[in-house]
Amino acid sequence: MAFKLDAKIPAGALADKWSNHKAAIKVVSPANKRKLDIIIVGTGLGGASAAASLGELGYNVKVFCIQDSPRRAHSIAAQGGINAAKNYQNDNDSVYRLFYDTIKGGDYRAREANVYRLAEVSNLIIDQCVAQGVPFAREYGGLLANRSFGGAQVSRTFYARGQTGQQLLLGAYAALNKEIAAGSVKSYPRHEMLDIVIEDGEAKGIIARNLVTGEIERHGAHAVVIATGGYGNVFFLSTNAMASNGSAAFQCYRKGAGFANPCFTQIHPTCIPVHGDQQSKLTLMSESLRNDGRIWVPKKLEDVKALRAGTKKPSDIAEEDRDYYLERRYPAFGNLVPRDVASRAAKERCDAGFGVNETGLAVFLDFKTAIERLGKDIIKQRYGNLFDMYEEITDVNPYEQPMQIFPAVHYTMGGIWVDYNLMTTVPGLYAIGEANFSDHGANRLGASALMQGLADGYFVLPYTIGDYLSHKIQAPKVKTDTKAFDEAEKAVREKIAKLFAIKGKQSVDDIHKKLGHIMWENVGMARTKESLEKAIVEIQALRKEFWKDVKLVGSENEFNVELEKALRLADFLELGELMARDALNREESCGGHFRSEHQTPEGEALRHDDTFAYASVWEYKGMDNEPELTKEPLDYEFTHRAQRNYKD
Amino acid sequence: MNFTLKIWRQKDAKAKGGFETYKVDNISADTSFLEMLDILNNNLIHEGKEPVAFDHDCREGICGMCSLHIDGHAHGPGQGATTCQIYMRKFKDGATITIEPWRSAAFPVIKDLVVNRSAYDQILQAGGFISVRTNSVPDANAMPIPKPDADESMDAAACIGCGACAATCKNGSAMLFVAARVSSLAKLPQGRVEGARRAKAMVAKMDELGFGNCTNTGACQAECPKQISIAHIARLNREFLAAKLED
Repeated sequence: MAFKLDAKIPAGALADKWSNHKAAIKVVSPANKRKLDIIIVGTGLGGASAAASLGELGYNVKVFCIQDSPRRAHSIAAQGGINAAKNYQNDNDSVYRLFYDTIKGGDYRAREANVYRLAEVSNLIIDQCVAQGVPFAREYGGLLANRSFGGAQVSRTFYARGQTGQQLLLGAYAALNKEIAAGSVKSYPRHEMLDIVIEDGEAKGIIARNLVTGEIERHGAHAVVIATGGYGNVFFLSTNAMASNGSAAFQCYRKGAGFANPCFTQIHPTCIPVHGDQQSKLTLMSESLRNDGRIWVPKKLEDVKALRAGTKKPSDIAEEDRDYYLERRYPAFGNLVPRDVASRAAKERCDAGFGVNETGLAVFLDFKTAIERLGKDIIKQRYGNLFDMYEEITDVNPYEQPMQIFPAVHYTMGGIWVDYNLMTTVPGLYAIGEANFSDHGANRLGASALMQGLADGYFVLPYTIGDYLSHKIQAPKVKTDTKAFDEAEKAVREKIAKLFAIKGKQSVDDIHKKLGHIMWENVGMARTKESLEKAIVEIQALRKEFWKDVKLVGSENEFNVELEKALRLADFLELGELMARDALNREESCGGHFRSEHQTPEGEALRHDDTFAYASVWEYKGMDNEPELTKEPLDYEFTHRAQRNYKD
Repeated sequence: MNFTLKIWRQKDAKAKGGFETYKVDNISADTSFLEMLDILNNNLIHEGKEPVAFDHDCREGICGMCSLHIDGHAHGPGQGATTCQIYMRKFKDGATITIEPWRSAAFPVIKDLVVNRSAYDQILQAGGFISVRTNSVPDANAMPIPKPDADESMDAAACIGCGACAATCKNGSAMLFVAARVSSLAKLPQGRVEGARRAKAMVAKMDELGFGNCTNTGACQAECPKQISIAHIARLNREFLAAKLED
């Protein structure tokens, strides 16, 4: 049975939709809010801001995170900044321009109404964060400073050194702490959601595991919000934190929530290259570096050879022998093209044999020109912590020699399908932030993830969830001794017991690395029909291998990291296949999804708007069955869909 | 490179722990300290032994999850780096490395090298925030803030809440952690409104949770992976005294 999707886009002019919608949806009175319970899973920017805002409104909120403190969610690692349409730089920015850049950056695969709302509330976010005491960078006059980011020709990015995500999360975490202290929010750190409980077709709670004691717990609520981030770790190596996972989202999918555009993965162009097979994760070098850094490879293959042999240093290569390929190919945006474009351009040069390190998988990011123009001190002020981090990891001083960078998996635009209210196909179940699919289309612009997380949590969900909960004001407390909870808990316990019973030979990481390899080679930066069909067969085989040969140690009733990892990998092994299937279905190139069969003569992504202007929404049909596809048409009423052009 | 590791193993909070010795071989100098432990753990799993539990997550030095006491130093050798940012090239080939959890009465061990740092959350819940409601705020540029003040606020706000300061302090004091938050907000006009209440409430909570007193040895500053200055402790003391005088 295919989904009957209703995105619930309000009528009216683009700029009026959100106002009209807010006026039309129901609100819940303070006396009734006190009777309603909400569960929020995840405490990144989306989860923490939603929990704080909903607690403030008077709902009873329970918030769960897998880390030892809400403050450690992966939003904390975002470096560069957060976009807003303040136009403080007087460079003709506006809500419309931020909307347009975002929808174009996403290669016209996001909903117009959602993206416009995001741009509209962006300014409120900056006001909110400043009031919370977020120490954004300031100019000498005491007013807020901005920098530029990829995919934009205005300076609209607010930042706090190279630690913007940290500062915004500490702001949201402080707001959350205020509510925890007030008693409106109860926090459950070191807890992992293992299943969603659905009763009478509505979300009624979760099954969670206390990661310290191993206890399996039941928690009931009138609504459940998934704010658990993205699933980039399906690739094993990514810039995501080690424990970031797709399992909460996957349980929702398994229980009937649609999963949209799973193949839309962002490969970030500026990460430190892989050094060897002992590596556990990849480190991002902020996109903000592309403000002043210039990306190049040698023009001559003999220079490439000399670099690899160590007989030449990058600084030995003369200016005229360098190929600043982004500036050459995209004069209007230069080094500040969107991430998907920059990543593919790096791959193109490396595939042509110009990769500058021994693996052939690296290009230079060079600050020579900027240091000559601005002086070392200014560069140090702007990027000091990033330069230090680079030197710590690579043992190379980037003030003297250019950085080496290469693309790496960073973000997933796909996620749980949600309507304009951020509600999934399951009533009472919401998804916010990176966990949903809604705002970035096929490619996210830099500094927009933080914007979306906080927009959803502070300014969208607190209103839209009221519309659903207004129908629950006479509903009693959710009971957790029902058949639905019994069955969900039983299934979780059986799954854990099954994992321990395998007693195989391979560790979780052994198998996860194999999955990562299949994904990167076949479902990575460039995909073909053949590579995707191969990936599906290989992932299915690897999944069987996992369920026959994984080896766990210890027991379930204790702090057991291997068990946590095994449960997450079990879901990645299904999610990876879903990503490949989605990529196989989408016979076009758009944003981060590049099908080699579909490119322009210049090698740019070639969309097919006549056949693929839709969001793919997948419905789970069982582990070994093909999921069913429903299409949500993306009707563009207000913007003209053009071939993306960053050249002029 | 080859190493001998002496690692603290403790089954759970109640068990009596002790050191176990392990060997790891063929480690690349570019391997991070935690990747070296990953390799050890993978070996242990293949041998059917329990892997060593340790906290970690972002592996970029910002989440504050990693928390190892290495050869007597919080976050190991080197300054201004968390455990996850330490690379094996910092050690001599063949070295014996001792790895312990944070040692602090307020951070009880959960398992092996994992400790419970919820005391830090509780201190912040006591007052480490500005009481603003969502959406009830002025325009971000309505209040200019001198750049040096904003910069100093940011210096203090760089704290990642890892617990190295309290774990290093011979008195087990959390003063640097508390000072970082108090100072960060005290340097901003929007933080001044609740300044007095915040300083008193956070210090009271710190005392209640069993952290010790500050005797200005400066060890916390030396071991802080974010190099938070003890000048912030001076500001906390000033804030606290001023608040008490108002009582």
